[in-house]
Amino acid sequence: MARKVYVRVNADFYPDGEVRPRVITWIDGHRYEIARILQCIRAASTKVGGCGIRYTVSIDGKQSYLFREDDRWFVEGKT
Amino acid sequence: METRTILHSDLNNFYASVECMLEPALRDKAVAVCGKAEERHGIVLAKNDAAKRCGVTTGETIWEAKQKCPGLVIVEPHYREYIKYSQYVRRIYNDYSDQIEAYGMDENWIDVTASKRLFGDGSKIANEIRERVKFELGLTVSIGVSYNKIFAKLGSDMKKPDAVTCITQENYREKVWGLPVCDMLGVGRAASLELNRYGIRTIGELAHCNDALLACKFGVNGARMKRFANGEDNSKVMPRDYHVPIKSIGNGITFLSDLHSNDEVWAMILALSDKVTSRLREAHKKARGVSLTVKCCDLAYKEWQGTLEYPTQSMGDVAHRCFALFMQNYPWVKPVRALTVRAIRLVDDTIGEQLSIFRDIEYIERNEKIDQTVDEIRRRFGWNALQSAATLKLDKLPQNEDEIDLTMPTGMLLFA
Repeated sequence: MARKVYVRVNADFYPDGEVRPRVITWIDGHRYEIARILQCIRAASTKVGGCGIRYTVSIDGKQSYLFREDDRWFVEGKT
Repeated sequence: METRTILHSDLNNFYASVECMLEPALRDKAVAVCGKAEERHGIVLAKNDAAKRCGVTTGETIWEAKQKCPGLVIVEPHYREYIKYSQYVRRIYNDYSDQIEAYGMDENWIDVTASKRLFGDGSKIANEIRERVKFELGLTVSIGVSYNKIFAKLGSDMKKPDAVTCITQENYREKVWGLPVCDMLGVGRAASLELNRYGIRTIGELAHCNDALLACKFGVNGARMKRFANGEDNSKVMPRDYHVPIKSIGNGITFLSDLHSNDEVWAMILALSDKVTSRLREAHKKARGVSLTVKCCDLAYKEWQGTLEYPTQSMGDVAHRCFALFMQNYPWVKPVRALTVRAIRLVDDTIGEQLSIFRDIEYIERNEKIDQTVDEIRRRFGWNALQSAATLKLDKLPQNEDEIDLTMPTGMLLFA
């Protein structure tokens, strides 16, 4: 079972409108550097609900989804 | 002339689907979206497939639904979310055409005739839209593909959920003509009953019906229904930026408890007229008439219309005319459960008007200045900054803190 966790994100905003997330700060304050953005598409989260721009990101060699839902960011957290 | 390709896209169980999408824990349960029982809106507005299988129907009360389906999960409506997702879906349609006509919040016609060279035929575009809506938004749509709006709408109702149905000029006789006549857009409940009385039960029978009989019973609508049944609907899909002209502006409230006196009714009419005239001024319209709908405690209702002396957007004029209608017509046999005030026969407020020597122009101008001042105060400090004193002592008005202004076209535009 997964839960929707809204997180703090540091991102770069480019002049052409592109947004590239750089760092995710977890609820306990731990910072996760995003090594690579593998994909960026509009998608729904089948696990926790909601939708937005879905970034498939690589963090410490593991893949994860990061969603930008309007002006907020969320991840599919494990419970 | 090239045969048109029109899609009709219908979001399946829209309100319930949005709730289930946002809250995955609901997905395996029978869910019904219902109005607030404490505000006496406790009826089923939408339900998901699991609730449908238990026999839950739209419009029935919560307790009736729970009797049929004891495990039914009731959720309150979240209109802001529904509007948001409705707009997201339209954004997907925008990628395929600029002719998108809304029919309520969850249905749209899309004319893709000119897009076929770019994206493929109607069926391919429909399937692509269906897949994208599911993947990008987690919702499902049923899409009808046809050469006119009527058959496209019929197609979207045929297979649900998450499906595409094509009705062509070659197969419409097999696919459409066997369906009950009431399934077709343009045939309402009363017309359907009347047609059934003459033995016309299917769309095919309507398509072959005698012209004279239809003209005699339904006038011009009879001929139009027959044309629709034969696939001869030429009405076009309006451009996406087309705004339907406002024909009336209304506001209705179901009270927390029934009204029992004229004083209470007057105060409520005042509150409703306040909202209606504020919206009139915002839309730069004036009303030449009003309509008042009164619903009794047994849910029976009656509507009366009246003409205003001159086009107006003043709260006092509308409220006094509505109250006069109420006093003339309501016999007070039963308490009042709900009231709706509507401004009708609208004209632009910039339009010149006939002056009369009997009219007190100074009085009208003074009222207009008061209205402008009220609007300005509310713009700066919120709606509740000013209210009429008569409504202050009433505790039967529901608290609409999260009120949203929602206007969705619910009719098909018949421009050829």
